[in-house]
Amino acid sequence: MNMREKAQIMDSEEVARGLIRIAHQILERNRGARDVILVGIRRRGAPLARRVAEIIEEIEGTQVPVGILDITLYRDDLQLVAKQPVVGKTDMPAGVDGKVVVLVDDVLFTGRTVRAAMDEIMDFGRPKAIQLAVLIDRGHRELPIRADYVGKNVPTSAREVISVMVKEEDGEDKVTVEEMME
Amino acid sequence: MKFTRKDLLGLEEMSREEIESILDTADSFVEISERPIKKVPVLRGLTVVNLFFEPSTRTRISFELAEKRLSADTVNIAASSSSAVKGETLKDTAKNIEAMSIDMLVVRHRCPGAARYLAGVLDCPVLNAGDGAHEHPTQALLDLFTVRKRRGGIDGLNVAIVGDILHSRVARSNIWGFQKMGAEVALCGPPTLMPQEIESTGVRVHYYVEDVIPWADVIMLLRIQNERLEESYFPTIREYSELFGLDSEKMKKAKPDVTIMHPGPLNRGVEITPEVADGPYSVILQQVKYGLAVRMAALYLLSGGQLESEAADQERKVDRSGTGSRSNL
Amino acid sequence: MIDPAQDLDQTCDVLIEGGAVRELGTSIEAGDAEVIDAKGLVVCPGLVDMHVHLREPGREDEETIESGARAAIHGGFTSVAAMPNTEPTIEGEEGVKFVLGKAAEAGLARVFPVAAISKRQKGETLSEIGSAIRAGAVGISDDGYPVAQSGLMRRALEYVKMFDRPVMAHCEDTGLSAGGVMNEGRTSTVLGLRGIPGASEDVEVIRDIILTRLTGSRLHVCHVSTAASLGFIEQAKTSGLNVTCEVTPHHLTLDDEAVATFDTNTKMKPPLRRKHDVSALRKGIETGVVDAIASDHAPHSPEEKDQEFDLAPFGIIGLETTVGIVMTRLYHEGAVTLSNLIRLLSTNPARILGLPLGSLKPGSPADVTLLDPDSEWEVDPRDFVSKSRNTPFSGWSVKGKAITVIVEGRVLMRDGELKTPGVRP
Repeated sequence: MNMREKAQIMDSEEVARGLIRIAHQILERNRGARDVILVGIRRRGAPLARRVAEIIEEIEGTQVPVGILDITLYRDDLQLVAKQPVVGKTDMPAGVDGKVVVLVDDVLFTGRTVRAAMDEIMDFGRPKAIQLAVLIDRGHRELPIRADYVGKNVPTSAREVISVMVKEEDGEDKVTVEEMME
Repeated sequence: MKFTRKDLLGLEEMSREEIESILDTADSFVEISERPIKKVPVLRGLTVVNLFFEPSTRTRISFELAEKRLSADTVNIAASSSSAVKGETLKDTAKNIEAMSIDMLVVRHRCPGAARYLAGVLDCPVLNAGDGAHEHPTQALLDLFTVRKRRGGIDGLNVAIVGDILHSRVARSNIWGFQKMGAEVALCGPPTLMPQEIESTGVRVHYYVEDVIPWADVIMLLRIQNERLEESYFPTIREYSELFGLDSEKMKKAKPDVTIMHPGPLNRGVEITPEVADGPYSVILQQVKYGLAVRMAALYLLSGGQLESEAADQERKVDRSGTGSRSNL
Repeated sequence: MIDPAQDLDQTCDVLIEGGAVRELGTSIEAGDAEVIDAKGLVVCPGLVDMHVHLREPGREDEETIESGARAAIHGGFTSVAAMPNTEPTIEGEEGVKFVLGKAAEAGLARVFPVAAISKRQKGETLSEIGSAIRAGAVGISDDGYPVAQSGLMRRALEYVKMFDRPVMAHCEDTGLSAGGVMNEGRTSTVLGLRGIPGASEDVEVIRDIILTRLTGSRLHVCHVSTAASLGFIEQAKTSGLNVTCEVTPHHLTLDDEAVATFDTNTKMKPPLRRKHDVSALRKGIETGVVDAIASDHAPHSPEEKDQEFDLAPFGIIGLETTVGIVMTRLYHEGAVTLSNLIRLLSTNPARILGLPLGSLKPGSPADVTLLDPDSEWEVDPRDFVSKSRNTPFSGWSVKGKAITVIVEGRVLMRDGELKTPGVRP
């Protein structure tokens, strides 16, 4: 399938500012960083979660535990996908009981990834609360899921695709909208 | 590279890439057994039958736990108590089971080629849990995984397998596995238990265990069975263990970072003494732990797995040169 | 027309009358005789398969004397020698007459019974060899089993001297072959299957040769499979002993690597051996150390062969594939002349069994096989008229076929069509 870049939504400065704002909002809402765990959803949610944790440490001086969650084994579309994707490693800090788990992902779209992530978090224990931070919310929810912290809202059409690049994986920070060509 | 086979029958026919894809997948399954809820829903609703024609507690339990931790429904059949005794053929037994819409068959049988035979006859994936002296792929895979975990890699290692090679499927599968992963393999045992022309597979053959101990990075001991006494493969257990058993005395000549392995169950005092089995070089218990992760990975991949690059490509719907993520979930 | 017995290889006509060969000539007047145009074909004495297993009595589901005799015709053979390991075994006058009676009823290929050496082939005491031979047995054998006791083998070799018939020896030391299901070697090691070392055959071949020397008798070694055995047989011949031997088509074309897929149609005794052995046997064909090619046709029901390799019975059929396989892999590959091939398939077997067959000399019984050496066909077990299907050659493209077969002047197959098709299983 051929894609064509339509527009750039965020450059690296805007990404950085978005993450700083999200970090502040998390601290505000939870009155500090105590009892907060950041969990990045593989793949690009993970480096974003780490960066938010770094920012929080700069602001508050507190080290927030960071986990990485691979949701492959919890997906609801494994029967639809002819072949299953490989399972990446999940690495959760010890104990989610009573903590506020802030899930971090790059794009919120149908909500199915987050649903899978929540099911998986529940298998680790009983968090006090689960909150969701995303860099981009592009709409088109198929499940009743909403983000608590959003970097940018980007209304899109179904034919469009949001492409997020992060320094750690792709060499630069950039968010673009691409369109499928016929 | 991906693992796309319908069945897992043996390592001899597999490539290094296929073996690595199973080991890499297994890596991600290890922590599941550390969670408070040791379960992931990935095989939910699938039925796996463990059809064991040879008695085996540990392998069967390992498979059963692996299946349950992936949320599959499991059925255990110890075929000595089933219709096989009443004269039902292997083919009929398997077809009758398949008729109940099962999704995967794990089979252990005393005849070489039995798993392959069933794989040809059944539509569902077949996993060979041991067919006579031919192959035991998940055992070798967990052995490879354990060594990789313990030592960081397999390339360039010297691996010695000691014991009854002639009757051992574990030996054969490990010869293929370790060689394909870049290790050098040597065998050691009495001449009566060394198969004909085994050197043609690229292994070295020794009769003195003292010759391999200083050379080996990994020493794998095989179980010696009492039945072999009756067929005069060696005179007594005592003589066997004097010549080939691994004890602290012989271990003095071993490398300081040697890894000691055993597929179990141990004959303490025969092929290995308790001190060595329980000592700091032994990874025997880790083998059991990693066995679970490896079997989960194998079951997962047989039910339709594929490597990340391919899957990510599907999601991105671009060729390999593209970058960026598309979260379509 | 090729008749090695008369050293003839020429184009000529053959006149058959009253069930016998009347005349050979360059332009015989046909008169009101039926004419079979053999242009482009090879006319030779009827082929003789000196080692087949017909499963009657006991396993008529696998093969009967009639279906086997029909399969023989279909494969180009006018005569077969049937081994006695049926249930019950063929021994004594009664057993021999049973087989001859059934064969006569069928009226197809000639079936010559081979009688058991020991009572019920148990290897303990001699069976009624004399009565059997007088009733028509062409040789004695415990084939299927070796004669383990050297003392008994000696007795058999000695006793049979008065009847001038061969002892057909199945050479196997069961102490060495015990539990084995294929040749012991690299393939058996890789597959984890228990092996039968070539030594188990060699040991018994040497033993039987020594006993032949001791008794001054006549030995025929069945289904030779190893280079070493062939070497011993060659030495025995050179030293003047009356030793002959036969080799199967599969031992001339397949080696133990064929077992790698666990296909039970590669399981037989003696097993497929190493490439080195196959080469030596082919060499033996060229040099004449090998006297005969015999199929060791061993029918087995599909249920029994459709099993784990360890459990499946030993044996494959061969009556309907022998000609195609040896023509393709020996004659067309230049390993043997047509004349020598016919010697291996007709002249020598007839001579070893003491049969007045294997020749088109005027006065001989009119057993004739017409071969089309260039006929190309594919082996398809569904076309077999044998009751069994256990062959490793399914799907092979071969060149060479028997298309017309005459027994005692009766045309039983013409241009590939059997005159008595029987019930196709």
